[in-house]
Amino acid sequence: MNGERLVRKHLVSLYVANNPGVINRVAQVFARRGFNIDSMVGSEAHDPAFSHMNIVASGDERALVQILKQLNRLVDVVHARDITGQDVIERELALIKVRCPAEKRAEVLDIAHAFKCQVADLSEGALVVQVTGRTEKIEALHRLLDRYGVVDLVRTGKVLMARGEEVT
Amino acid sequence: MTEAGRPGRCTGAQAVIRSLERQGVKHVFGLPGGAAIPLFDALVGSSIHLVQTRHEQGATHMADGFARACGEPGVVLVTSGPGATNTITGIFTAQMDSVPMVVITGQQAVGSLGLDSFQEADVSGIALPVVKHSYLVKNAADIPRVIREAFHLSRTGRPGPVLIDVPKDCAAATIDYREDEAMRLPGYRVPDEVDAAAVAEAAKLLAAARRPVLLVGHGVVISGAGAEVRAFAERMRIPVVNTLLGKGGFPETHPLSLGMLGMHGTAYANKAVADCDLIMSIGSRWDDRITLDPARFCTGAVKIHVDIDPAEIGKVFAVDCAIVGDARAVIAALDRVAVPGDTAEWIARVEAWRAAYPLRYARRGGLMTQHVIDELYRLTGGRAVVVTDVGQHQMWAAQFYRTDERFHWISSGGAGTMGFGFPASIGAQLARPGDLVCAIVGDGGFQMTCAELATAVTQKVPVKVIISNNRYLGMVRQWQNLFYENRLSGVDLAGNPDFVKLAESCGCRAFRMRRNAEVRPVLERALAYSDGPCVVDAEVVKEEDVFPMVPAGATLADMLLEPPRKVPAR
Repeated sequence: MNGERLVRKHLVSLYVANNPGVINRVAQVFARRGFNIDSMVGSEAHDPAFSHMNIVASGDERALVQILKQLNRLVDVVHARDITGQDVIERELALIKVRCPAEKRAEVLDIAHAFKCQVADLSEGALVVQVTGRTEKIEALHRLLDRYGVVDLVRTGKVLMARGEEVT
Repeated sequence: MTEAGRPGRCTGAQAVIRSLERQGVKHVFGLPGGAAIPLFDALVGSSIHLVQTRHEQGATHMADGFARACGEPGVVLVTSGPGATNTITGIFTAQMDSVPMVVITGQQAVGSLGLDSFQEADVSGIALPVVKHSYLVKNAADIPRVIREAFHLSRTGRPGPVLIDVPKDCAAATIDYREDEAMRLPGYRVPDEVDAAAVAEAAKLLAAARRPVLLVGHGVVISGAGAEVRAFAERMRIPVVNTLLGKGGFPETHPLSLGMLGMHGTAYANKAVADCDLIMSIGSRWDDRITLDPARFCTGAVKIHVDIDPAEIGKVFAVDCAIVGDARAVIAALDRVAVPGDTAEWIARVEAWRAAYPLRYARRGGLMTQHVIDELYRLTGGRAVVVTDVGQHQMWAAQFYRTDERFHWISSGGAGTMGFGFPASIGAQLARPGDLVCAIVGDGGFQMTCAELATAVTQKVPVKVIISNNRYLGMVRQWQNLFYENRLSGVDLAGNPDFVKLAESCGCRAFRMRRNAEVRPVLERALAYSDGPCVVDAEVVKEEDVFPMVPAGATLADMLLEPPRKVPAR
């Protein structure tokens, strides 16, 4: 409408009924308001009748308020919350494949070690490191390894949990 | 004895029909096809009357009209594939206007889904954006629970359409009919408590207002809050405007009523809203046909928003005070605490506008749709259930057929679905068998669903269908004339059938009306005819425009009261 639009990344946590099509219903709310979903993690909850969904999406700040209400309106959504900037336990796992001739291998392994990575695969010309942690850590490692030539990157997206006794 | 005939045992299809009976369903609208044969088979011998339609879209509009005429969900039963996709326009229409509807579609067997099987359409997927909720039954034993949930979802909170896709093998399977299984709707909440702090805040704002206006929307009609709103408006001495779908929420003949606001609202309603210092919407969603340019709508006024759907709050613009809840409960709570402000001067001003800018039309020259509607209003004492289609005639009907009672105005608002009016009137008549139901339609929209003439005749519904026949898509022609230098494109309906002959060929009584002098006698004859439906083909002047008119994206202050000498800038 009027005023400047503030586009930023939002972290949305949903608790939904574990029904077929629930992903479509949720994704549609974002798509209808022109939000791009950067990552989406869905998994069965402790109670298998429910699922957790964690979505990172970019778009207009004001539209997000509306999107949250529209998500909460969905019959299958128990709750949807914007937890951007909140103190939650946040983890992501990434596999990074680096092109790595034998003479550079020690350097790359040093970096991987510093980031507490596991080596998931090692071959003649490449190695695959597995890193877990916060998104910033993964991005930092990605930047460092890219100097050697990252050829592939696969990430899980954010997995979240509330701290203390609160239930996500 | 078949397995399904044992006590407590039945087929999935029988479970569907039994569940509908338990919900109190008396009418089902639809027509069968291959995948729906088990469902239609189960209808045989049930207490439910099948209203067999000629097209599935007609079935959905009939169910919609039924629901809007009595408040109970309309039920549609159709087959898979094209039968199911033909319901989409009707489902969308119901969703946009928050109408309770349950649509049951036949489907290919579960094992054939996703294989491009004959008449297999992913209708629960296709319908996703236009339903309140949807189900694809995978296990026949779930049917009783699913139907209970569907009716509950459809009629509670903000009502809406629910779709249930029933694969043929589920319909044929034998199950234990469990009527006591609890609903599983952990994510579904209906606001039940009214926030007392928000009510107190609204009361404070109202007490300070000198030029307040109440905006009555469809939510008042749905909630049945008419008596509460009336008592509140009378005690507070606040003028009332209504949306198109708010007709029937507050009597338009009431001295405090200014009628409809917005793009084709009355001049006095629009002037009051443009000049108010407080506007309280009760069950409206600030639609663009009333706010026009939301950024410039009532910028100086305090805005209060009462809505049962939290997602409506702040959707169009930020408001000063929001109360989430059922209109009836909210207004009752507000009426207990609100103190009237001094509105005497304001009401005098509004009355001056009412006197200065009445709704008008030319009574001489050619036949005008407004004249027909005005005469219909007089002859029926304003007591008819009026069902409209979409376009110019709809706006004239809204202006000239004042609505006093709940469920007496039925019109497609949000979706603006042409073809809605006539089938909706059949549904409305079935919901209100003792009442006079008049459909006011245009020649364009009527032709989209006129196949249902046969349905109206077989059902013997005494609806009066008045066709405002100007051989144009009149509203589009009006816009092309006003905003596109009269470059008419695609609006001339040359080749229209002779509607009298068309109706008569279906066994329907029909009358023609061409001159002003014929208006009263023809309407009298049509109203006196009650042995089934009748059609009045009113051949009106071709090029009449609807005024007042506020151009799209303008403000209420830019309202045109008559055709402009110079074409306004786009």
